[in-house]
Amino acid sequence: MPYIPHTEADRQAMLATIGAETIEELFREIPENLRVAPGALNLPPALDEPRLMAHLTALSKKNVNLADVTCFLGAGIYDRYIPATVGAVISRGEFLTAYTPYQPEASQGYLQTIYEFQSMVAELFGSDLANASMYDGGTAMAEAAIMATGIKRRNKVAVSQAIHPHFRQILDTYCWSMGIEVVTLPTPNLETTDYGLADGAACIVVGYPNFFGTIEDLASARKAADEAGALLIVVADPVACALLKPPGEYGADVVVGEGQPMGVAMGLGGPLVGLFACKKDLIRQIPGRIVGRTKEAHGDRGGYVMTLRTREQDIRREKATSNICTNEALMALAATVYMTTLGKNGMKAVADASVRNTQYMISELRSAGFTVHAGRVFGEFVLELPKDAASVRDAMLEKGILAGLPLGSYYAKMDNSLLVAVTELRDKSQIDTYVTSLREVVA
Amino acid sequence: MGRIDSNRDGLDRPSKRMPEPQLIFDRSHPGRIGCNVPVCDTPEVDLEAVLGELRTELHLPEIGELDLLRHFTNLSHINYGIETGFYPLGSCTMKYNPKINERTAALPGFAQIHPMQPVETIPGALELLYGVQDMLCEITGFSEITLQPLAGAHGEMTCLMLIKAYHESRGEGVQRSVVLVPDSAHGTNPASAARCGYDVVSVGTTPEGNTDLVDLASKLNSGVAALMLTNPSTLGLFEPNIEQICGMVHAVGGQVFCDGANMNAMVGTTRPGDHGFDCMHLNLHKTFSTPHGGGGPGCGAIGLQHHLEPFLPVPVLRRADRSESIIADYNRPLSIGRVSAYYGQFLMEVRAYTYLRAFGKQHMADISRHAVLNANYVRARLKDVLPPAHDRPCMHECILTAEKYKKENGIRALDISKRLIDYGFHPPTNYFPLIVPECLMIEPTETEAKETLDEFCDALIAICKEAVENPDLLHNAPQTQIVGRLDETLAVKNLDVRWWPAKVTVGVGV
Repeated sequence: MPYIPHTEADRQAMLATIGAETIEELFREIPENLRVAPGALNLPPALDEPRLMAHLTALSKKNVNLADVTCFLGAGIYDRYIPATVGAVISRGEFLTAYTPYQPEASQGYLQTIYEFQSMVAELFGSDLANASMYDGGTAMAEAAIMATGIKRRNKVAVSQAIHPHFRQILDTYCWSMGIEVVTLPTPNLETTDYGLADGAACIVVGYPNFFGTIEDLASARKAADEAGALLIVVADPVACALLKPPGEYGADVVVGEGQPMGVAMGLGGPLVGLFACKKDLIRQIPGRIVGRTKEAHGDRGGYVMTLRTREQDIRREKATSNICTNEALMALAATVYMTTLGKNGMKAVADASVRNTQYMISELRSAGFTVHAGRVFGEFVLELPKDAASVRDAMLEKGILAGLPLGSYYAKMDNSLLVAVTELRDKSQIDTYVTSLREVVA
Repeated sequence: MGRIDSNRDGLDRPSKRMPEPQLIFDRSHPGRIGCNVPVCDTPEVDLEAVLGELRTELHLPEIGELDLLRHFTNLSHINYGIETGFYPLGSCTMKYNPKINERTAALPGFAQIHPMQPVETIPGALELLYGVQDMLCEITGFSEITLQPLAGAHGEMTCLMLIKAYHESRGEGVQRSVVLVPDSAHGTNPASAARCGYDVVSVGTTPEGNTDLVDLASKLNSGVAALMLTNPSTLGLFEPNIEQICGMVHAVGGQVFCDGANMNAMVGTTRPGDHGFDCMHLNLHKTFSTPHGGGGPGCGAIGLQHHLEPFLPVPVLRRADRSESIIADYNRPLSIGRVSAYYGQFLMEVRAYTYLRAFGKQHMADISRHAVLNANYVRARLKDVLPPAHDRPCMHECILTAEKYKKENGIRALDISKRLIDYGFHPPTNYFPLIVPECLMIEPTETEAKETLDEFCDALIAICKEAVENPDLLHNAPQTQIVGRLDETLAVKNLDVRWWPAKVTVGVGV
């Protein structure tokens, strides 16, 4: 076994130093009836490296991957280009195989990249600051809402219906376990959240753009939150924020989001990277790690450390702001390299191309006689079909097009609705083919 | 002292002679870019008309591709990973992360699949996930595994949610409001319990390092929802009374959760599901070698006994009735719901699957056998300079105490750790578990060769000599890194957690 370098001579020499005859002796404190003989477990046989690679390759080929189809599916996870620089950096062993930077002197490289990540996320979202990342967008949102209940000492949270249904399900589960009430705010026209039920809530959670692709009016969301005495939590798409007035500038208290579109493989939705940014007066309440700049204790050099550690579980235990220990440092590094690679102009160009492709597709669909629900949208919209959207999706897939997400299983009376995403990777001919194929499928 | 400037891996170690690295923002030059962005062939649009109010500034760096790579490559040189050197961080299982796992996780059929594409189009992914579940069931002895939790602490929390749902289903949800946690436990345990709305009560440890059964008995009653127990404990010791402990908790109607952070001591040798535990979490990023990535992604499977199965988070992957195919089951009326948005940390599961299949039936037990051998070897070699906290064979990690050097030389465990950095090693865990004074928690893992352990032990023996003869060497360590010890109090007092663009940019197009 190449991962275990011991020779028989090594084992014997080591046992002699320990003063034991056999390795079994070292396990003598485990009651005998609880021990399993080596090799006794019912497991598949070991595979050598070439066979292992062949087996995994064969398994992977059973899946329809996005190299083989044209992807118009988004719904929170987007098919965006990942520059070659990202893989080159995150596969470096010094980053890939490091642990949490608890020893800052030997971890300055990672700590600096996290400080850069925090700076870029805060900048994109227009917030004062950001943390070192969360598991993913969905849990980041749930953590933000729970934080709000602690700050406001209220036992209720209000979330727009036009938030990703899976995110709301996570919120429901988290809140159930803590005895917190979740109120869903309706979005009757898919475009505007009705804040009427937000009274008494610790926070209002709204999407930007929302799940249907619409850019909601954050000024009215802020006003509603003020009237309810609640925090405003915005779930934002970081790529859209390269163009849009950022949520922080509308006065959002917390901005969370899924960072996957910035350099992270879709990978069936994991690992992802949760973004979490907020106003500076909330910093002592937020979950997750934070990296700060400081100086040497006995010297003049600057350096970075994990800071405000007394919020965290390993120090504060049951009084911690959250139980979170790990973050998604490697994916946060991917996002940092992505934002650096594209930079100011590249991020805008990617966002701009998404808007252009989306607008072109909307106009082509409308010209072809389809109904599209799209007011102010960024890169996604709801297509109304004359028949069941799931069957259309399946028929389109046979033509090599992943047409979007049928909304019927998530929203009542939306069986004929398809959520369609158009990223910068799509082009005119792919969009034209989509429209032509769709006409054939619904004919 | 020759060791300090020599280097173990052939790299020229950066040192304080190097200039402080610039921030990426300070290397920015307007007009540069790091890749060719896609050219758009659809008509231009009036962005403000389409989107509404736009942002005025976007202060992201502008940098060419080569300078970008130099920036991050140079930062990697001042960062220590397993591939840099020995990383005996206790409780973290910093074992080698095999390269084949990176290759399989990068296969397009895994990396380029969308979590919301039709489930019929991802049979290979479901088969892989189910395969991981199946193998983990056999290794842990539990009847069910779910891969939905995203990290270890997330797995702990999910287990407590299952326990909560179980008690609620029996009409005991309100009555059972207490979770018992040993004083040696990881901080995530009490924090996860608090996250599920439980009150936390601490249970003591005997001088021998076992759970204090008298203290436990005094705290057990019908208000107890669960005991969270780490086995082997964070003292690196197997809990010999484990069956009795589980029996005591079950007798009052409570559940027993196993913190699986130390599973590496047990793989192929003993199964927590056989010990009496009702559920446990696993850290696939520890035991099953998925890379830690600088603090995440974690990867937290959980295992559970049959009676908790109805409450599993969705989706539940299982074999379809009368068929070999794997389905994602959402029709689970008693489910706690979702804890994560999709299928867990899928690409990490690909790595874990690859790892499990590389070991297979023949080699699985080699993991725990060599992990325990290595830890006992380090313990034996160091016992004269750093005595073990307990006079018993350890499991996969050994807990040593530097109390003597604190009393006699004013040297703390942290000083010893910082000096180890000068010798080219990552330090062990310090000050945890909290109940051992001046503790060094050393977890070598099975992937380290005897000569690496020898070099490490030689270094620690030399450092302990320095502690007596020249303690300032330790107080001032490390001296070989780009920075010396940093002022953490100042970091809190003058919070600086982000770069800000210059407020006034007169005459400069930013």
